[in-house]
Amino acid sequence: MRQPKSIFSNLDWTLVGMYMFFILVGWLNIYAAAYNEEHKSIIDFSQEYGKQFMWILISIVLILLVLILDAKFFATFSYFIYIFAIGFLLLTLAIGSEVNGSRSWIYFSDTVRFQPLELAKFATNLVLARFLGDISVRLQDIRTRLKAIAIIALPAMLVLMQNETGSMLVFASFIFVLYREGLSGNILIFGFALIVLFIFTLLIDKFIVVAFITLAAVILIFLIRRSRKNIIQFLVIYGLIVGFIFSVNGIYEHVLEPHQKKRIDVFLGKVTDLKGKGYNVNQSKIAIGSGGALGKGFLNGTQTKYKFVPEQNTDFIFCTIGEEWGFVGSGVVVIMFVLFLMRILFVAERQRSSFSRIYGYGLASLLFFHVMINIGMTIGLAPVVGIPLPFVSYGGSSLLSFTVLLFVFIKQDANRMQVL
Amino acid sequence: MSANKSFTSRRYVINTIFLVIALVFIIRLFFLQIIDKTNKSSADNNVFRYLTEFPARGLVYDCNGKPLLYNEATYDLMVIPHQMGKTFDTLGFCKLINTDILTFRKKIKLATVYSNFLPTIYDEKIPKEQYGMLQERLSEYPGFYIQARTIRNYPQPYCAQILGYIGETTPEMLETDEYYKPGDYIGISGLEKSYEKELRGKKGIRIIMVDVHNRDMGSYMNGKFDVEAKPGQDLHTYLDADLQEYAEKLLQNKRGSVVALDPRTGGIIAIASSPSYDPNLLVGRERTKNYFDLLSDKNLPLFNRALSGRYPPGSTFKPIVGLIGLQEGVLNTTITYPCYGGFPLGNGKMIKCHSHGSPLALLGAIQTSCNAYFCKVLKTTIENKQYPSTEAGFNAWRNFVLSFGLGNPLGVDLPNESGGNIPTSKYYDRYFGRGHWRALSVISIAIGQGEILLTPLQMANVAAIIANRGYFYTPHIVKAIGTISNLNKKYLTKRYTKVNPEYFNYIVKGMLGVVEGGTAHNVRMDSIKVCGKTGTVQNAGKNHSVFIAFAPMDNPQIAIAAVVENSGYGATWAAPVASLMIEKYLTHKVKRLDLEKDIMDSKLIIKSE
Repeated sequence: MRQPKSIFSNLDWTLVGMYMFFILVGWLNIYAAAYNEEHKSIIDFSQEYGKQFMWILISIVLILLVLILDAKFFATFSYFIYIFAIGFLLLTLAIGSEVNGSRSWIYFSDTVRFQPLELAKFATNLVLARFLGDISVRLQDIRTRLKAIAIIALPAMLVLMQNETGSMLVFASFIFVLYREGLSGNILIFGFALIVLFIFTLLIDKFIVVAFITLAAVILIFLIRRSRKNIIQFLVIYGLIVGFIFSVNGIYEHVLEPHQKKRIDVFLGKVTDLKGKGYNVNQSKIAIGSGGALGKGFLNGTQTKYKFVPEQNTDFIFCTIGEEWGFVGSGVVVIMFVLFLMRILFVAERQRSSFSRIYGYGLASLLFFHVMINIGMTIGLAPVVGIPLPFVSYGGSSLLSFTVLLFVFIKQDANRMQVL
Repeated sequence: MSANKSFTSRRYVINTIFLVIALVFIIRLFFLQIIDKTNKSSADNNVFRYLTEFPARGLVYDCNGKPLLYNEATYDLMVIPHQMGKTFDTLGFCKLINTDILTFRKKIKLATVYSNFLPTIYDEKIPKEQYGMLQERLSEYPGFYIQARTIRNYPQPYCAQILGYIGETTPEMLETDEYYKPGDYIGISGLEKSYEKELRGKKGIRIIMVDVHNRDMGSYMNGKFDVEAKPGQDLHTYLDADLQEYAEKLLQNKRGSVVALDPRTGGIIAIASSPSYDPNLLVGRERTKNYFDLLSDKNLPLFNRALSGRYPPGSTFKPIVGLIGLQEGVLNTTITYPCYGGFPLGNGKMIKCHSHGSPLALLGAIQTSCNAYFCKVLKTTIENKQYPSTEAGFNAWRNFVLSFGLGNPLGVDLPNESGGNIPTSKYYDRYFGRGHWRALSVISIAIGQGEILLTPLQMANVAAIIANRGYFYTPHIVKAIGTISNLNKKYLTKRYTKVNPEYFNYIVKGMLGVVEGGTAHNVRMDSIKVCGKTGTVQNAGKNHSVFIAFAPMDNPQIAIAAVVENSGYGATWAAPVASLMIEKYLTHKVKRLDLEKDIMDSKLIIKSE
């Protein structure tokens, strides 16, 4: 094994450059959103933009740490980190403080707090990569599948118990990893179909949906009537679908919390309560829409600066971008994100080790899910789910965890030549 | 590895999903930010508050630069209902402004009906004591704020009907003029109405930004888009405040009016209508009650008799009849007509006349106001052989009359001017049947009775025409607007009558005789040569006393008409009023104190309670 001359050699500077771009966009827009006449300095530590600057500095320290560590460190210690993360989640359930109805934060002091679920995302990705990356493991094996799902489901359930439904859904993004590693493509279609069915069942009377499904089934069965085996398989699927439809109402009524039902209702357009539950999305759309083509200019956003949009520096940071930088600015951010994701996939595919590749896919999936849901909710295409925009939203936990997630991958990539 | 290879192509599926979602976002952003314009206005509605800056309304000055009214600062409590929010402390607010919850709810509901998002006046003209206290505590009550504006204040209780008053805009006004918003004030009558556009100035807009809690976050772009209020322009008038006050005092406790013109300019020096009211009554919190009190007063104090009152001119019409006769060549100064106590109508009836010397020529006829003489003149004018018919003769005569500014509104710069009435031949056709009437049928118009109606303003204008020997300027009050005299051209153009100026001197001499030794000798002055003509107008009640005059004879500076309703002879009431006005105007000091006291103290109406 050759030792690299410097920890910076062989880094994928495209990814690093894009990372810096997002960090900068985030910091500037937090400054704009939280701008306070009395604290004009962007590094004023009493303000959120100053704090974000501090988190950026800490991120740099973490990046250096990750790059200094041996590339194999994370693969080797992945289970240890996973167990540690699970323990942390359990601890949070026990001693965490309740914030806005969820118990996902651990307070070290009044101002320093940490959200362990961010660590759990990283740990789950590590373990999933480690597990699936083993040469002896084959996803075609039903037991392997169950194990993989268990790895994902365990932290997901704990996060759900913390009442962080949005973050729980993030774990669903690993479906892309499983798909890439050989799970049937039907899983994506099936997942998509379930979402569509769920929405339709809530929007339209379930008996009408069932009637349509039945009609489609009868026609299909008629078409494939020669293959008895297929018909039996098909009937099973049909039964599952009808069962799902009838359970949707049950899920909706009994499983979901009232605020979650409201969010879904608002998203589906069933309620247009612009002052109540629909307020966030409406104000967010107004903010982004009022930016127009070129935006109102840096620090000139009125919707965000005067707090018409709630959470405008954390979950709704994209509003500030849309309002102050307009279609051009928000379009650039969206394009940069998709290029970033595609670059990660590209880099992942050039890895020799399965661990690195799977880890890369996991990273891309997590980022994709966050970006899709976060931007989607600010422009009214997704229900309001409180998850941050990676690298851009204010907040130490998410910035640090995404930074580590990314740079562990960059480190793997930098070392790809050393892998036999 | 081999298993892997087979799935490598799946990266394209995942890449495609990423791209599709990004594309969906871009399209969505395009619609939100480029296509849909409503978000922009919604954002503006959120953050911008457009505060109206009301300019100070222009003032009105008399000819000596004395202000006839002032502006006074006042404060209105405004409300924007949608900003009140769900947590509004209704009880605390009601306590603060001293009202009960029911009234509060009703007012808010009314405001909401107008607009949930625009400011409405909740309470107006808050007393000064309350203002300070409110200003301090109002920040606790979102949606409410105080707006300053100015209201009128009158130093003296005169000129009410000329100045007019301002009042809140009605829904109809709002529809016809976009400038006004509910709660805005607008001139309702008088100069306030006719010069509304000049007086009001232009409202300004101050744009401030507020945050989600409706707190003032300062002006938008340092006031770059603010519109500064443009103050209203001042009106400089021909009015002589002292003379106006004097006129109103002379008319007090009488129904009537006085109009004094400067014949050289057409400027209105004084224009009084009695009974009048204190203009301060129509300002302030009590104005609605006061307004209805004035409206229900049977002596009609809100009615400007000088402009809108229509009276038969009586004998003051005779100079015109004479002038037309001279112009038409049916009369000259030497022709005499006898008077046997009246003018026989041929059916046993007659237009009666009082006793005087007979026969008389034009001069004497004017001096003594002989009815028979002018009936004869009218008859010969209308039945002039040069016209094919009585009808044609009458129409020709009528055209002469119209050229004296009669029969139509003169075009004074005050609202609600009446045009009086000069009957048409068609009217008589309808009345008598076509071809069935002759000069004798309509003869009463010769002595200013019958269907002939003039406003006091028109009467004064007739005096001005005679003073000018044949022309007049359209009467007007405003001399200059703001700093420059940018008057309407129509007030600067001489309007000639159809009667040759040379004939006027005969009439002037006759009118001098009226005062020097005729029907109005009781108001003769040594110092001033006044030309006048009395009129005693028969009507349903007691006679109206009418007098027109101008002075001095050779260089007329004032032309005047006075009408005192239901009082008696022209010489008894109207002539002294006009004469005292002339004396006051030309000498600035009235020497005939007994006469003055007599007139001022006379009560012909009992002030209605």
